[in-house]
Amino acid sequence: MEQPEQTVATNLPRPASAFQPSAFQPQADGPQGETIFDVRNVSISYGAFKAVTDVSLAIHEREITAFIGSSGSGKTTVLRAFNRMNDLIPGARLEGEMQYRGQSLYSGDVSPIAVRRRIGMVFQKPNPFPKSIYDNVAYGPRINGERNKGKLNEIVERSLRRAALWDEVKNRLSTSGLSLSGGQAQRLCIARTIAVEPDVVLMDEPASALDPIATGAIEDLMRELKSQYTIIIVTHNMQQATRVSDRTAFFSVLTDPDSDFRTGVLVEYGRTEQIFQDPHDPRTQAYVTGRIG
Amino acid sequence: MTVLTGQHPKADLREPRSWRRAKNRIATVLMVLSFVLVIIPLGFVLFTVIAKGASIISWQFLTSSIPPSVLPANVGGLGPAVLGTLLITALATVIAVPLGILAAIYLNEYGGKGFLARFIGFMSDVMTGVPSIIMGLFIFTIWVLHFGYSGLAGALALGCLMLPVVIRSTYEMLRLVPDSLREGAYALGATKARVTVTVVLPAALGGIVSGALLAVARAAGETAPLLFTILGGTSTVNLNVFSGPNTALPLQIFSNASQPYVGAQARGWGAALALIAIAFILLIAARLVTARFSRYSR
Repeated sequence: MEQPEQTVATNLPRPASAFQPSAFQPQADGPQGETIFDVRNVSISYGAFKAVTDVSLAIHEREITAFIGSSGSGKTTVLRAFNRMNDLIPGARLEGEMQYRGQSLYSGDVSPIAVRRRIGMVFQKPNPFPKSIYDNVAYGPRINGERNKGKLNEIVERSLRRAALWDEVKNRLSTSGLSLSGGQAQRLCIARTIAVEPDVVLMDEPASALDPIATGAIEDLMRELKSQYTIIIVTHNMQQATRVSDRTAFFSVLTDPDSDFRTGVLVEYGRTEQIFQDPHDPRTQAYVTGRIG
Repeated sequence: MTVLTGQHPKADLREPRSWRRAKNRIATVLMVLSFVLVIIPLGFVLFTVIAKGASIISWQFLTSSIPPSVLPANVGGLGPAVLGTLLITALATVIAVPLGILAAIYLNEYGGKGFLARFIGFMSDVMTGVPSIIMGLFIFTIWVLHFGYSGLAGALALGCLMLPVVIRSTYEMLRLVPDSLREGAYALGATKARVTVTVVLPAALGGIVSGALLAVARAAGETAPLLFTILGGTSTVNLNVFSGPNTALPLQIFSNASQPYVGAQARGWGAALALIAIAFILLIAARLVTARFSRYSR
């Protein structure tokens, strides 16, 4: 059996570059939205630990892009870089260029607060605030200065409807957000995120703690949200990636047994059908066919 | 071991006997025993105070001015001390609780692992260990010597005692707020101040309030820091906490208990009961407030 780690190790220090369809290459396959994120040679480290090295890819508007790969390959790290959530981690550092609609996300005058108002995030573990369901959804609009009761009611209802949660909670909007089941809580978090009308929604394994029914509900929701939002989703579930995503990026861990150096790299990025049916890189092939990971 | 054919060996589902079981028993007995040991002195204290103080408690006792010690128990009361305790403790709370909560917010949300935060945290822990009489002397030196005895001086001394307790309890409560909540708010574009005020504090509020009320209850019973700061010995109500000597229940217990007169001693027991009642009411309030504020946490 092929051992991908070995082929990887010989490729140090710029191993994946041969397989990266970089943002500058014309993408022949299929129609595509405008580029919304342009990631160029991004490396992110936490202190001395380089979590991910030299990632380049372009995210397209109104598409669902899935990040797949084994644990420790840096998918979540890259995802969190899109709305500068890594800023909250002491010692986190980003090198390279990350552009959002032609504007550098990491230049000095960019406020992470302003970035996050446009680029929302749904986390792996549902994290409703210990507030009422209503206040959870109204939180974002309120911090954006919306005080009008009628408008807030409207936003709350619309967001909960879009998150397919309205019918289940419409009669108990004043009960705690923590009283919801796991799947409902995650949909509440999605409602909370879309209540601020973001441009992009980042999802970090949003269905990993949910049963298949709740997962299905969230996937339906994502397909629906696609018409208005750009979605990037990190997932360990490859079926999920094939079900919902337009494009897939496969990340992998690079290990050098001699120096104990580990880092995540982007191995292959392309249309989801291509990644799963005709992967160009042997590592991708091994992963998507279930031989590793 | 022989294998029984056609019949499954019976699984032994009985509780493991012998030493393991004995250990379990011993531990249970020890726990019950220590619980009883803890309850005994508490029960005795409560019983004695209620037995000796209950008879004197009346509206008149709680409101009348303090009579000369030689007078019998049915004359006058300890109104100035009750009011003094309430006023001074309230003032100390107003001084120490906001400051303590703000300090704890700094330590947990803003200071991080920086030098200043660690230094303040360490100093606050040291401050917890400072004897209350030292706090009294401290305020005596920096305040009373310049501005004279006053309820405010007493409140400052009590505030100094409450401050580290409030900081520590609030800090622990803030630490319990999961980071996932903070991240959720940040991801919606909230500023740090807003995350702290609208997500972190409400999530921790129940614990913060009950911790603060415990500190208040504790401070209300302090005697030593008041000796140097409000002087005591006043027999009429002093509503002006900013100047002039004042008195408080702990001080009355202290002075009345050392009197040879039966009436004064009875008033001392009454003061003790009143003080315990105040602490008790504060604790119940703490419970109610905690329940009220944590209604969304479940």
